[in-house]
Amino acid sequence: MPEPVIALNAVGKEFPADPPVRALSGVSLDVHRTDYMAIIGPSGSGKSTLLNVLGLLDRPSSGSYRLDGIETTELPDGERTRLRGSRIGFVFQSFHLLPHRSVAENVMLAEVYRSGAARRGRKDRRARALAALERVGLSHRVDFLPDRLSGGERQRAAIARALMGGPSLLLCDEPTGNLDSRNTEAVLDLFDDLRDQGLTIVVITHENEVSDRAKRRVRITDGVLVEE
Amino acid sequence: MDLRDLLNEAMAGMLARPVRTALTTLGTVLGITTLVITLGIAATAGNQIVGRFDELTATAITVEVPEERTALVEWDAVDQVTRLRGVTSAAAVAETKDSANLSVRSNKIVDPTRVTDQTLTVVAASPSLPQAVKGSLLQGRFFDVGHLARKDRVVVLGEQAAAMLGVTRLEGAPAVFIGKHAYTVIGILGGMKRERNLASAVMVPPTIGRQFGLRDVTRVLINTSLGAADLVAGQAPLALSPGNESVLQVIAPPSPTRARDAVQNDVNALFLILGLVSLVVGAVGIANVTLVTVMERVAEIGLRRSLGAARRHIAAQFLLESTLTGLTGGVIGASLGVVAIVGVSAAKQWTPVLDLRLALVAPLAGAMVGLLAGLYPSLRAARMEPVDALR
Repeated sequence: MPEPVIALNAVGKEFPADPPVRALSGVSLDVHRTDYMAIIGPSGSGKSTLLNVLGLLDRPSSGSYRLDGIETTELPDGERTRLRGSRIGFVFQSFHLLPHRSVAENVMLAEVYRSGAARRGRKDRRARALAALERVGLSHRVDFLPDRLSGGERQRAAIARALMGGPSLLLCDEPTGNLDSRNTEAVLDLFDDLRDQGLTIVVITHENEVSDRAKRRVRITDGVLVEE
Repeated sequence: MDLRDLLNEAMAGMLARPVRTALTTLGTVLGITTLVITLGIAATAGNQIVGRFDELTATAITVEVPEERTALVEWDAVDQVTRLRGVTSAAAVAETKDSANLSVRSNKIVDPTRVTDQTLTVVAASPSLPQAVKGSLLQGRFFDVGHLARKDRVVVLGEQAAAMLGVTRLEGAPAVFIGKHAYTVIGILGGMKRERNLASAVMVPPTIGRQFGLRDVTRVLINTSLGAADLVAGQAPLALSPGNESVLQVIAPPSPTRARDAVQNDVNALFLILGLVSLVVGAVGIANVTLVTVMERVAEIGLRRSLGAARRHIAAQFLLESTLTGLTGGVIGASLGVVAIVGVSAAKQWTPVLDLRLALVAPLAGAMVGLLAGLYPSLRAARMEPVDALR
C-alpha cells in the first residue's frame, strides 16, 4: 500500500494558559491519495488548530505527522516552509487574493517562493497559470482584478493558485463560507472534478451541504476526532 | 526565490498605493533636495567668488612701513625680498604727507595760455619700480643704480603728470622744477596696473628724495608668482627688517582657499543641518508608513507564508519596498536639486558647478534612508506567525 498523504499519529496540541488548553488530543488520521475528506465540527472544537497543524502552519505539542511520508514535527522552520510551499495548496474562506494584482498574477504568485528542486522556469510561469485557470474554468477572467469578480470566481481563482504548484494536498478552510448557494454549488462541483483528476482534498467546514459531498467525514469535538 | 521576483513583488507592493507612496517619499525628496542644493550652490558660489580674484590681486602684496625716527627698512632691503622664492618683482617707495603737495613746473617761461605751476606728488622709488607696478616706460628710461650712485638729479614723470606739465618729448632733455631746483626728465612711466596714483606723480631716486624729506621707505610693493602670495606675505617682513617684522603691516590678498572656505562654511552649516533634519523626518515618515502598511497587509503576509515564503522573504520584500521608496525620493530630490542649482546659476549668471559624485551619491543616500527606515517594520513583518497572520 502506498504511503498515505497525511498520517497523523496521536497528535496533541496544547496552548499555554492556566490551565493549559488542550485543543487537540490523541488525533490519529490517515488520508490517502485521491481521498476527499471533510472535517466538521462546531466552532471552538479544534477545527482550526487541526487545519494549522495539517497545513504546517503550527507544530503539534505531541505525536507525529507524516506528510507524503516525511516526518514533519522535527523539521526546522525553513524545511517546513519549503514543504508547505511545494506540497500543500491552501484555499481560504476569504480567498486572500491580492487586490491590486490581476487574476493571472495572483495565480503566478504560487511559484514565486519556490527554491531548489521545486523551482520552475519563470518564462512559462504565465502559461502554467493560464493552464491552472483553465482547470477551474476561469480562462475568461485572466486579466481582471479580483474586485471585478464574483465571490465564486474569486474562490476559483484562489483554487487555481493552490493548484498551480501541483500540490499533493488541497487544504480548504471553509471554502464556501463567503459564498451564496449557487456559487457554493459551482465550487463543490469543481472539487468533485479535481478529485476525479486524482487530487487529495481535505475540507474543513461546518456546512452539511459541503460535507455531504465528501467521500469521508470526520467529526471533531473538543479536540477529539471521530470518523463517521 | 528569484531576485527578479523579489523586485517584482516589492515594486507591485509599492505601486499598489501610488499616492501614499508619493506622499511617503516627500520627506526624503525635501531632505535630498536641500542637501544637493546646499552643497551645489556652495560649490557654485564658492567657485564664483574665487573666480573674481584675478591674477593681479592674488599676487600683489604691499608692506606698509610706519614712520619712525630710525629707518625700519633700508632702501637696499628690497634686494632681500627679491631673493625670496616666489617673488617676481619688488620695489620700495617713499611718500610722505609733505611730499604730496609740492609745486612742480616745467619751465620758467610765463605762458598766459596755460597753467605751468602744478601741485604734484613727489615719490622716491627704488629703480625696480616699473616692474613692481607692472607699468611700462612710454618714453625714455627709468633711473638705475648708476643714477643713484652718482646722485644724478633726474626724475621720471607719471603719464598724467607729464601731460599736466606739458612734457611730451624727451629729445631735448627737458627739465622740471621742483621747488627751486631743476631736474632732468629721463622717462615717462605709464600703464601702471598697481599704484595707479603714481601716474600723476613725479618719481625721483631715493638719493634725491632726501631733499624733499623722503628719507625712509614707507611702502614696499611686492609681486609674487600665482599661489606664492601667502608664503611671501609671511616671509617679506622678516627679510625687509629683521627684528622689526611685527611693526610692519602686510597687506596680502585673501588666499583663494580661504575665500572659498568662508563662503562654504557660512552657507553650509545651516542648510546642511536643515537637510539632515529633513532626511531624518523623511526616514521617520517612511518607517511610519511602512509599519502601517505591514499592519494592513497582515493577511497578505499570511498568504505569502502559506505559499512557502520564508521569514527572510517577507523581510526582504518590505525592506526592498522601503528602500525603493527612499531611492525614488533620492532620485527626485537629486533631480530637483540639480534643476534648482542650474536655475539659480542661470538667474545670477553663474557657472553652475556640480560635483558628479553628489548627483550619484544623493539617490543612494535616499535609498539608505529608506533601508534604515524599513528595518524595524520589515522585522515586525517577518516575525509574524503565519497562523496569526491568516486568522
